[in-house]
Amino acid sequence: MSALAALIRRDIRIALRVGGGALIGVLFFLTVTVLMPFAVGPDLALLSRLGPAILWLGALLASLLTLDRLFTADHEDGSLDLIVMSRTPLELACAAKALAHWLAAGLPLIIATPVLGLLLNLDGTATLAVAATLLAGTPALTFTGMIGAALAVTLHRGGLLLAVLVLPLSIPVLIFGVAASQAAISGPLPFGTPFSILCALSLASLVIGPFAAAASLRHGLD
Amino acid sequence: MKLTETLTDLANPTRFLALTARILPWLAGATAILLAIGLYQSAMAPDDYQQGATVKIMFIHVPNAWLSMFVWSVMSVAALGTLVWRHPLADVAAKAAAPIGAAFTFLALVTGSLWGRPMWGTYWEWDARLTSVLILFLMYLGLMALWRAVEDPSRAARAAAVLTLVGAINIPIIKFSVDWWNTLHQPASVIRMGGSTLDKAFLWPLLVMAIAFSLLFVTLHLAAMRNEILRRRVRNLQMMQANQQAA
Repeated sequence: MSALAALIRRDIRIALRVGGGALIGVLFFLTVTVLMPFAVGPDLALLSRLGPAILWLGALLASLLTLDRLFTADHEDGSLDLIVMSRTPLELACAAKALAHWLAAGLPLIIATPVLGLLLNLDGTATLAVAATLLAGTPALTFTGMIGAALAVTLHRGGLLLAVLVLPLSIPVLIFGVAASQAAISGPLPFGTPFSILCALSLASLVIGPFAAAASLRHGLD
Repeated sequence: MKLTETLTDLANPTRFLALTARILPWLAGATAILLAIGLYQSAMAPDDYQQGATVKIMFIHVPNAWLSMFVWSVMSVAALGTLVWRHPLADVAAKAAAPIGAAFTFLALVTGSLWGRPMWGTYWEWDARLTSVLILFLMYLGLMALWRAVEDPSRAARAAAVLTLVGAINIPIIKFSVDWWNTLHQPASVIRMGGSTLDKAFLWPLLVMAIAFSLLFVTLHLAAMRNEILRRRVRNLQMMQANQQAA
């Protein structure tokens, strides 16, 4: 247990310090959100209608951007081989790494959401709904994305291949995340229905992600 | 016991090549005959009282849609064969099936869209069934990109196997999407509890077409597997030659 805690602490520390790049995700999130009004025009009514979708897309792309770092750095300096060989089950180690990644890269996105909501003319309930759906949905993005990151690191290919593999898997999360936010803002669906499906997606990926990532690391590293 | 013996026998690529060389012409012939019968029956089938002649798209659309899911299931079994049993031909089977499955999925999407235009009044609707099949198509393309991204086939095979098994979650979602979300696409009408709701005049041509398309898949798949085995042999010979020249 303490090994996992140490792993989480180490990963967060590396991510937050110089060269870690976790906070780049937030900066990217901000930039994407600022770009949108230039693309669709500064119509405040339209922006507040599109707001949840823009924030969700931005968060999805930002979390994809930082996923590459989940295993690459550890693979380059050899610590990934040590983690694979250690007595801690690889599935748990993968889950710990994903949790650390979510705490360092995913949570800041949610904290930034209220500020970005202001830029998109979202009112209090809307901002709260988007933040709540992001809180429930981004773990699913990280844990399914981890599968793609593990595949990419064993193949020594990151970047575009990772995006092509991960984005189709993240479509359901996007659908129910935006649906829940819209339901909270304008109805007619109750907020609870899509929100509980979103939570279910997160919980399912919490189980599937570590196993699939561990399997691909075990089979892929040599 | 018999099945495992047969599978072990087939693990030898040379034996596989010899066996498939003998059965492929028969399979191709049976596919051609059944396709001809199925197309003739489909052409002769009566017009629907509501949909008119457009109902005939069904005879192409439904088999393609079935096969788009069936091929991913075949690849999932092959992925288990790669990861669990380490069967030497499993990754060949998985690799050869991906482009064929992508083609069937693409045809299912295109024919469905052509059918949807006169019936629903739109080529595309973000309905649960359509969206989940589109995701299946994107995953086929991602899988093919993964196969192409890595030079060493056995390395790519294990990565592709993991992705195939993860993607298999989508198959039941596609199957039950019409029951879970009550949207535009009609629910299952051929295979369901309480018998088919399809009239016999449509059911028979559809079943013949389904069998013909399945045979088409088996034929194309075996042929593609043969090509893949031969391609790998060529690759090995080229590597050996390059090594000899270097040494």
